[in-house]
Amino acid sequence: MTWVAAVVHGILLGGYYALLAAGLALMFGVMRIINLAHGSLALVGAYMAFLLVEHTGWSTYLTLLPVLPGALIVGYLLQRTMLERSLRAGQLVPLLTTFGLLIVIANLLQEFFSPDVHSLDAGRIGTAAWQISSELSIPWFDVLTLGIALAVLGGLQLVLRFTQLGRELRATAADADTAELLGVNARAVYARATAIAVAVAALAGVFYGMRSGFDPSQGGAELLYAFEAVVIGGIGSLWGTLGGGIVLGVSQEIGAQINPEYFAIGGHVVFLAVLVARSASQASRIRYALRRFA
Amino acid sequence: MSALLAVEGLDVRHGLLQAVREVSLDVAEGETLALVGANGAGKSTLLRAIAGAHRPAAGRIVFAGRDITRMPAHRRARAGIALVPEGRRLFPELTVEENLRVATASRRPGPWTVEEVLEAFPLLEPLRRKRAASLSGGEQQATAIGRALMTNPRLLLLDEVSLGLAPVVVEGVYRSLATLIESGTTIILVEQDLARAMRVADRVICMLEGRVVLEGLRGQLTREQVTGAYFGLRQGATA
Repeated sequence: MTWVAAVVHGILLGGYYALLAAGLALMFGVMRIINLAHGSLALVGAYMAFLLVEHTGWSTYLTLLPVLPGALIVGYLLQRTMLERSLRAGQLVPLLTTFGLLIVIANLLQEFFSPDVHSLDAGRIGTAAWQISSELSIPWFDVLTLGIALAVLGGLQLVLRFTQLGRELRATAADADTAELLGVNARAVYARATAIAVAVAALAGVFYGMRSGFDPSQGGAELLYAFEAVVIGGIGSLWGTLGGGIVLGVSQEIGAQINPEYFAIGGHVVFLAVLVARSASQASRIRYALRRFA
Repeated sequence: MSALLAVEGLDVRHGLLQAVREVSLDVAEGETLALVGANGAGKSTLLRAIAGAHRPAAGRIVFAGRDITRMPAHRRARAGIALVPEGRRLFPELTVEENLRVATASRRPGPWTVEEVLEAFPLLEPLRRKRAASLSGGEQQATAIGRALMTNPRLLLLDEVSLGLAPVVVEGVYRSLATLIESGTTIILVEQDLARAMRVADRVICMLEGRVVLEGLRGQLTREQVTGAYFGLRQGATA
């Protein structure tokens, strides 16, 4: 039964990872940018919610109303002022830019909020749970997180599929020069993609803050989990990201079940196994092609 | 006739290679101009520079009285210039209909809608929900032309629309073009097939090594003159 509990909790945890990874996957899919500051931007969302709660006494959920539009604007400006220029200088430069951003954000947060651990109040949902059996209880908050992740991924999928912005995003991702020839302002499309990605990151950050304590140095660790979810799920697919998040969550919970210290390593092992399996199948495909050629 | 497009002393470079050298030309509203010339003569580069896909090194491009030399490609599309690029360049993962709808980004209302395009190219009607990557060459070309038309262009640039297509398919493409030409759309087309170019165009310009070497109205040029210019032979030598 404890193993069943581990799998159930892993699936629920996967919802959080998918939420965290969605923006990363979107930016990579559209612009081929690996945003190393993604976890840090999520953290900024959590701190902004914290600031609002401190000053207004609002519930954490209510702070999303100003935080998400704020994040949209930050994402748009981030693209127009920094990433756009980096992108013009080649594929590697955005990696450096966003790495720099990660460090700047961590230090700024430390400066303003101290290195102490902060947390956000999740309200009554934060402590309530369904007690299924003596071994298995399902926290409401985790279900809510998974629900939000499904809604966000489903919403993004609908936008990509059925709206003009979605068509422009997919067209620009495939061939930006040709999209331009049809009147698509590729830079504006990129900026909108980043705006959405940063807003979803901030949403994930606020949920992270309600799930556990956070401090300014955590951006990198969160990024790593998001990155693993994207890679496991297969790059470029939103539902794959959900699958990747769930696989990651389940591996971590199963690792923790074997030994509580194996939580993170469980995820890393599966991530590495997927990487090795992918490159092995790639290598065999290349060998096969070479043999046919010879 | 007033010039819809005026190109003045245009130089376009690909790195060290100068693909277009001091080219000047005018296109009047409603005119059909054919650009002919050997491979590497600079025809495609000239079209791409007019559409905004290449920044010229020198010279000016004036469209409908406005200097558009420094204007980015998407704003030129919104001003009414559409290019059907060489190799069609469809978005492979998008369906035929989605490919067409992307072009509504040009925000130019006009006679061309998805329904109108599908009516003009009936072969696309049953394919509208198919991914562009799964289409045959002729179907892709029809989609590419339809997609450019969706921007309701004042000036349509066609780059090698018959390249790689079966002759019977090329006939179909040119039949649709004939209707476009009759409807008064201004067209510049790059065409390898000299006879065909001289049949559909009001005026022919022949390029050689980046320069305009011969220009004339359809009736004024003989096939020998054009082939002479095409291969860089002196006029005297051909006679």
